[in-house]
Amino acid sequence: MRLDELPLRRPAHIAAIDWNMLDVAAARRLRELGFDEGVAVETLHRGPFGYDPIACRIGKMTIALRKALAAAVTVEPA
Amino acid sequence: MTPAPLIALVGNPNAGKSALFNALTGARQKVGNYPGVTVERKSGRMALDDGRPIEVLDLPGTYSLDPVSPDEAVTRDVLIGVQEGERRPDALIVVVDATNLDNHLRFTLQLIGLGLPTIVALNMIDMAERDGTEIDAARLAAELGVPVIPTVAVRKRGLDALKDAMGRASIGGGRPIILPALPGTDLTSLQRRARAIALAATVQRPMGRAVTERFDRFALHPVFGPIFLAVLMFVMFQAVFSWSQAPIDWLADAQVWLADAAVRTLPDMFLRDFLVEGIINGVGSVVAFLPQILVLFAFILVLEASGYMVRAAFLMDRLMASVGLSGRAFIPLLSSFACAIPGIMATRSIDDPRDRLTTILIAPLMTCSARLPVYALIIGAFIPAEQVVPGVGLQGLVLFGLYIAGIVGAMAAAAVLRRTVAKGGGGGFMMELPRYQLPVLRDIAIGLWQRTFVFLRRAGTVILTVTAVLWLLTSYPKVPVGSGLKQSEYSIAGHIANVLEPIVRPIGFGHDMALAIIPAMAAREVAVSALQTVYSIDAADDSSQGDKRLAERLRGAWSLPTALAFLAWFVFAPQCLSTIAVIRRETNGWLWPSFTLAYLFGMAWLAAGATFWTATALGL
Repeated sequence: MRLDELPLRRPAHIAAIDWNMLDVAAARRLRELGFDEGVAVETLHRGPFGYDPIACRIGKMTIALRKALAAAVTVEPA
Repeated sequence: MTPAPLIALVGNPNAGKSALFNALTGARQKVGNYPGVTVERKSGRMALDDGRPIEVLDLPGTYSLDPVSPDEAVTRDVLIGVQEGERRPDALIVVVDATNLDNHLRFTLQLIGLGLPTIVALNMIDMAERDGTEIDAARLAAELGVPVIPTVAVRKRGLDALKDAMGRASIGGGRPIILPALPGTDLTSLQRRARAIALAATVQRPMGRAVTERFDRFALHPVFGPIFLAVLMFVMFQAVFSWSQAPIDWLADAQVWLADAAVRTLPDMFLRDFLVEGIINGVGSVVAFLPQILVLFAFILVLEASGYMVRAAFLMDRLMASVGLSGRAFIPLLSSFACAIPGIMATRSIDDPRDRLTTILIAPLMTCSARLPVYALIIGAFIPAEQVVPGVGLQGLVLFGLYIAGIVGAMAAAAVLRRTVAKGGGGGFMMELPRYQLPVLRDIAIGLWQRTFVFLRRAGTVILTVTAVLWLLTSYPKVPVGSGLKQSEYSIAGHIANVLEPIVRPIGFGHDMALAIIPAMAAREVAVSALQTVYSIDAADDSSQGDKRLAERLRGAWSLPTALAFLAWFVFAPQCLSTIAVIRRETNGWLWPSFTLAYLFGMAWLAAGATFWTATALGL
């Protein structure tokens, strides 16, 4: 399942990240914010317009990102 | 004399770096710029308990030593000692958010790898405790090989221990015992190491970020979230008018008192006229709007400090995306409501160059506080102070409408720019939503003071100069007695306005308005003092009008369509040379500032024209 499809408040962990889908800066920022294979993730909020962007918890942080970026992250619900 | 040891504060955004900086240095701060780039340099002085002075440098927040934006590049360059105009710090204080240890420790590891004496300030330790996270600072210090001091910057907790550590570090103590990683080691392995250290040093009781999560369920709710944001913005603009009335009256009284005192003490001569009519009344009419500007700034500072501003960016991202911008543009644009200059400078946090350029070009359309004096004057003069429904005034509503007009204009401009001159790229939006925090009065006060200072300095220099020059231009040559001509038309300025008048006549502007928009190029708010000057000089010819207030004079001189057109002009016109100068600096050339001037004047003329023609056709 892709991160942008993960139902709200369903605990999951990151199975894979397709770094090739992202440009260099976005990929680096994603890593800096703690996105990594095996890390626990949970979607908390969706934007008011078109459910975009989404906000998800990663580690202790809450990160907002657009669905287009979240699509690069494959998750496995717990 | 050798300079005081330089200790730099460095850390991730949202770690509480600025709060710690304020707590350490108090009001002894210096805000400047790094040479060649428009990155703010903030430094301050403090004394250790033994009296030794320390210079503290607040470096721009960044997530790593691989810069994405110009301010992140400055942080890196200062840290490795290659930043022009800055010596390499003698020691570092790495500010770490205790509630977000694993992520912040990765950057900490990178920084320790630089080999400078390093202190870790484990900030917001109270928040971590509230979350049920217990952090073993001694264990953390052992793992990292540097001193770790728990702090709560906003409550000034842990500062004494931090000062002790700074004292040791400033003479070379506290150099990292181990070199755990060199900069450039790949992020993923650093991140894993950081997580392992964080895990070893913390005991987590199961608890959530209760307050933040509960509030976010409301604030980021798909329906209530945007409604709450709209209400908040609306209250903000109502408050700008209603809360500032009393102080405005005090300032006006003070101005009258000063002018009277000058008239009583000085002999009747050129200098007295110049002082009273040119300077005291001219500058005074602008300073009178300081309360409104402060109310607006206070709101923006509180929203920023509380963490809500980022939520607003989250809510707005999709709408911004529809015109090709990102939610990140929302913060610079919202800051531009206070002043376009910090707004344009804040665009440096936008990674994508096209997004950034577009945001810079539309930032001047956000209704900055310098327009407020003009809006306040015209609205006060032409819009009746009625209540539409209890608590909602018509004047506030019109003001709100002017803000909306600027926003809609900006969005339209962005959509066009993004499809033409700033095509391509974009699509990225990624940002941290930090926890909510109760804003600290002291930090808000420091922010307000800095802005007041900038505004008063502007009033004291640019506005004073322009007002004085304009007074001279409108006062000379003196109209011959008994000729029946108006002084403002006969003067030098009148002749300049004659040239401009044919251009602005179709959109309903009279000679006096042409006269007022010339000096308003320097700073918008000067339009008020320009009108003040023009009308008080004309009024001198007719003593019965002598002490009528400016608003009443305008009501007598302008029709309603003219007043509305004047407001529409100010929504769009690029009337602030400092903004143009900042755009030149930020885009490295004259192309984009010239473009901005041209397109904004075009929009202003059309908007004022459309307003005038429509209002006239409706018979207003």
